[in-house]
Amino acid sequence: MELVPYLILGLLEGLVTAAVLSLMALGLSLVFGVMRVVNVAHGEFFMVGAVLAWQIASLFEGHPAWGFLAALLVAPPLTACIAVAANQLVLKRIEYDPERTIVATIGLLYIIQQVTLMTYGPDARPVEAPFNQRLSIPLVEWTERGLSLYWPWGLGTTTYKLAVIMAAVMLLTGIWMLMTRTRFGLLMRATQLDRETAQAFGIPVGRVYAAVFGLGAALAALAGVLIVPIQQAHYLMGHDPLLLSFIVVIIGGLGSLPGTIVAALLIGISDGMISVFFSPTLAKIIATLGVAFVLIFMPQGLFGKRGL
Amino acid sequence: MTKSNSDDTKIVETPPITDTMQPNRRQAIKTLAATTTLAAVASTTPLFGRYGQAQSAEPIKIGFQVHRTGIGAAYGRWYNRTTEAAVKKINDEGGINGREVQIVAEDDGTDPKRGAEVVEKLATQHGCDIAFGTLFSHVVIGSAPRAGELKIPYFVVSEGHHVASGMLNRYTLQPGITDVKSQVQAMAPFVNSTLGKKVTMIYPDFAFGHDHRDYFSAAVEAQGGKVVAKIAIPPTESSFTKYFPKIPRDTEVIYHVMVGPAVLTFVKEMGEFFGNSRPEIFGFIDSLEAVDLASPGLEFLEGTYFWEGNPRYAQANQSDYDKAYRAAVGVDNNGASISDSKDVSTYAHMFGCWETLHIVKAGMEASGYAGADDRAKLIEAVEAMTSIPHSYANPQGAKEFNGKTHQTFGHQYITRVENSKLVLAHTTSIADTYYPDEVDYTTQSF
Amino acid sequence: MSEIRKSWGLHIGVVSLLLALNFILPDYHHGNLARVMVLACYAMGYNILFGYTGLLSLGHALFFAAGMYGMSLTVQHLGWSAGPAIIVGLASGLAMSLIVGILSLRTAGVAFMIVTLMFAQAGYLAALYFGEYTRGDEGFVIQKAARQIGGIDLSDPMNRYLAALVLFAVCLFITLRVVQTGFGRVLVAIRENEERTRMLGYDVHRHKLLAILLSGTMSAAAGASYGLLFGYAGATFASVQYSIFPLLWVLLGGAGTVLGPFVGTLFMFYLIDLSSDISTAYMLIAGLTLVLLTLFAPQGLVGELRRRTLRWLP
Repeated sequence: MELVPYLILGLLEGLVTAAVLSLMALGLSLVFGVMRVVNVAHGEFFMVGAVLAWQIASLFEGHPAWGFLAALLVAPPLTACIAVAANQLVLKRIEYDPERTIVATIGLLYIIQQVTLMTYGPDARPVEAPFNQRLSIPLVEWTERGLSLYWPWGLGTTTYKLAVIMAAVMLLTGIWMLMTRTRFGLLMRATQLDRETAQAFGIPVGRVYAAVFGLGAALAALAGVLIVPIQQAHYLMGHDPLLLSFIVVIIGGLGSLPGTIVAALLIGISDGMISVFFSPTLAKIIATLGVAFVLIFMPQGLFGKRGL
Repeated sequence: MTKSNSDDTKIVETPPITDTMQPNRRQAIKTLAATTTLAAVASTTPLFGRYGQAQSAEPIKIGFQVHRTGIGAAYGRWYNRTTEAAVKKINDEGGINGREVQIVAEDDGTDPKRGAEVVEKLATQHGCDIAFGTLFSHVVIGSAPRAGELKIPYFVVSEGHHVASGMLNRYTLQPGITDVKSQVQAMAPFVNSTLGKKVTMIYPDFAFGHDHRDYFSAAVEAQGGKVVAKIAIPPTESSFTKYFPKIPRDTEVIYHVMVGPAVLTFVKEMGEFFGNSRPEIFGFIDSLEAVDLASPGLEFLEGTYFWEGNPRYAQANQSDYDKAYRAAVGVDNNGASISDSKDVSTYAHMFGCWETLHIVKAGMEASGYAGADDRAKLIEAVEAMTSIPHSYANPQGAKEFNGKTHQTFGHQYITRVENSKLVLAHTTSIADTYYPDEVDYTTQSF
Repeated sequence: MSEIRKSWGLHIGVVSLLLALNFILPDYHHGNLARVMVLACYAMGYNILFGYTGLLSLGHALFFAAGMYGMSLTVQHLGWSAGPAIIVGLASGLAMSLIVGILSLRTAGVAFMIVTLMFAQAGYLAALYFGEYTRGDEGFVIQKAARQIGGIDLSDPMNRYLAALVLFAVCLFITLRVVQTGFGRVLVAIRENEERTRMLGYDVHRHKLLAILLSGTMSAAAGASYGLLFGYAGATFASVQYSIFPLLWVLLGGAGTVLGPFVGTLFMFYLIDLSSDISTAYMLIAGLTLVLLTLFAPQGLVGELRRRTLRWLP
């Protein structure tokens, strides 16, 4: 394939990856930023979202859009409930100690995976997209008869993939509004800046933590629901997105919403682009080392203000 | 079932008792003094053992290394069901040498370190007679050295080329499923003559994929065809569209094989990439094992071809053996669980468990296996096997076992997607799958 | 002085006990303990960096794999014998930790976690990329004939156990010695307050680098020995999961305690092993146990022991 269509395809795929990644990473970033803990089980919330989406969608007959819509509305709050329960039962009691939280969330990860394996099983199951039309993308070329359109072989995307990108943009805008325009956002930012002072000013830090942990999980679950018509729900699917979103959060700079989004775009698109020029596994190696070197030379991340 | 039962008397053609077998027999009789049990008596008279009601002795313990968790779990579940069905059948027919067969299953998490620990546990903790059932190559290769050191026969059902390549040891055998090298090279004549000469290969960038790349390219070139591009997909990948532009325009055939939970995404995105103008497509069913062919997004596969170890859908010329085997495992005519039509089996691979257990039974009966002391004799008995006829015990088809390389060879099936079902298009001969021996395990000491 | 004597006594006692167990244990546990001792060396290596210096790495599988591949590839492709091959394994671990150390120590905290994670991930992918030599994820067997040092067959259970014990004792005593010297105290000081340590005039960067070198080389020793004693090398050991394991073992046993890594490794092994006897849902049991431990034994098993009774434990 010629270079231009190839790059366009890489870009489109990169945008889909970035869309899902930014939602998930934002959830991790909120938890990380406000509560200062690494939630190793974050990827499992993504998985739970996808698995619940399959469960919910399979209850519906008829047009796939109904099942998907129901999943979109029900799966994230359900996942948030699980997260809040985990917060109340475990994280709160270990006082959000960074090291103990890592062990506790690894334990949580095992528990969630095993329960999913026992109930949902080891299969990768698809959820039908509400709509999925293939769109061929035309390019312009200069011929003897002047400008004309042509349709390069294989260059195309699907309506659903475009919808995922749109949905992510809308959701991210919504979160940004929540953070900057509402009382809850204010409480959250205050807690993030200085926990002790926030407490002194009468902010119910405990409840803010619970809400943030739930919101983070809900965002991961939402990403899971959005991806499941493209990929399949599988009980081990949370692993790689966890690593990627972790990277995104650090590269973007802790607690920076724009940073997180820029980093998600960077990681998603570079992944698609580098594979144009190198053999796929070599491309992954280069991208991975690239992330390491960004941090080595910019330890605060791209948008970070201070180290943690 | 009655018909298959009568056929069962020739389950696996017991190898003629040659000179090399005789000393083993004598040894078996010598050990009688030490282990004077009814089972031991039965063991020297296979027919009595098979039909006698003498299940009073200690059961024969078969250690089952199963992928219950980890990436192999979807396969592991069906390997488990097939194994249980095979053991039930064997026990219903009187067990092995008159002794009941008992399965001791242990999860290896699809991990080579845990795999080695599990083999150890089966051998030393549970006191199993043999270890059996591993699928994923890295678990096999990680566990086989321990099996060799513990001197426990290790019957794998992996389709990897590791056994026949000579990398492993005398205690590791693969008598119930063909290996990837023979499968892949047997596909080349069909792909070249029926589908096209210019092939683009898409495969996972790890050892299993590299085997496909190397053996298929060699076989295609021997046929006068050409591999125009080799696209290796990193194993951590979950989206694939960005790799498809590497497919050259003049490709006549796509050859694809993919494993892991992302396989359906891979195939769907391939369909989305090609739209209405796809080349011929030939794939290994691994790309869609345990996945419903009627899943949304797979419509474009209509008219494409698949390799199958054993055809998932009941074919027009279905043998009575397949019918009986299917019923025993609980699989319907579409290759899904009888109790849940959404629960699609790993039909192309799992027959290996059934057949391997029957080979073990035949080997134990031929060698008069009485206990752990007879393990070497069991291996010699299996090594002495050659032709294994198509039967209820070997429902996938006839096999030729190579005692030197510890690897079996058999027919391969090529099916075509018609109305979202896989319909048999071609069956290769066993001779198509042969390649020169790379090892002679029989020269290694026990 | 008596505390130092007490702790040497204790650790020599532990090694002696392990030696005695060689003659008593049934086959299965004998084999397991050999494996646990080798992996405990990996955990001890990790503990030097994490437990004593306070640097949380998520990429130690890189060092473990460097040792494993350094050893096994020279045996496999150059036909070297096991003795020199182990040296190559250690040298690969040392070289790898030097590179990673120099680069990653420019960062701290979470960025350090990610940088080490990324290096390890690149190492894992490289093991796959050079599949022609490594056989990628599938790995390869180190043949029995090559697994000998000075005529001692390391695939024999007794020899294997004793070899593992020697390695374990060396790593244990190195760790014990390190924590009793000034060097070890500076590491702890860095963990507790890096800024103050620097103001006291210590070269913090140099100490951290040395800690990484020691930690990485010890992990590599474990990796090389694991390959040699159990006859297998594969990319699985370079995967993220194997970077998380030592962290888990150390946290369970007690970070910053000399015996903690061994206790944690042993505990985790038997937790999985025994719970898989009770139920197929052993991960559920393992997960619940981890959660309960963080709730009720936050400093890890040995750490808790130290906090409650034996305050002199190193």
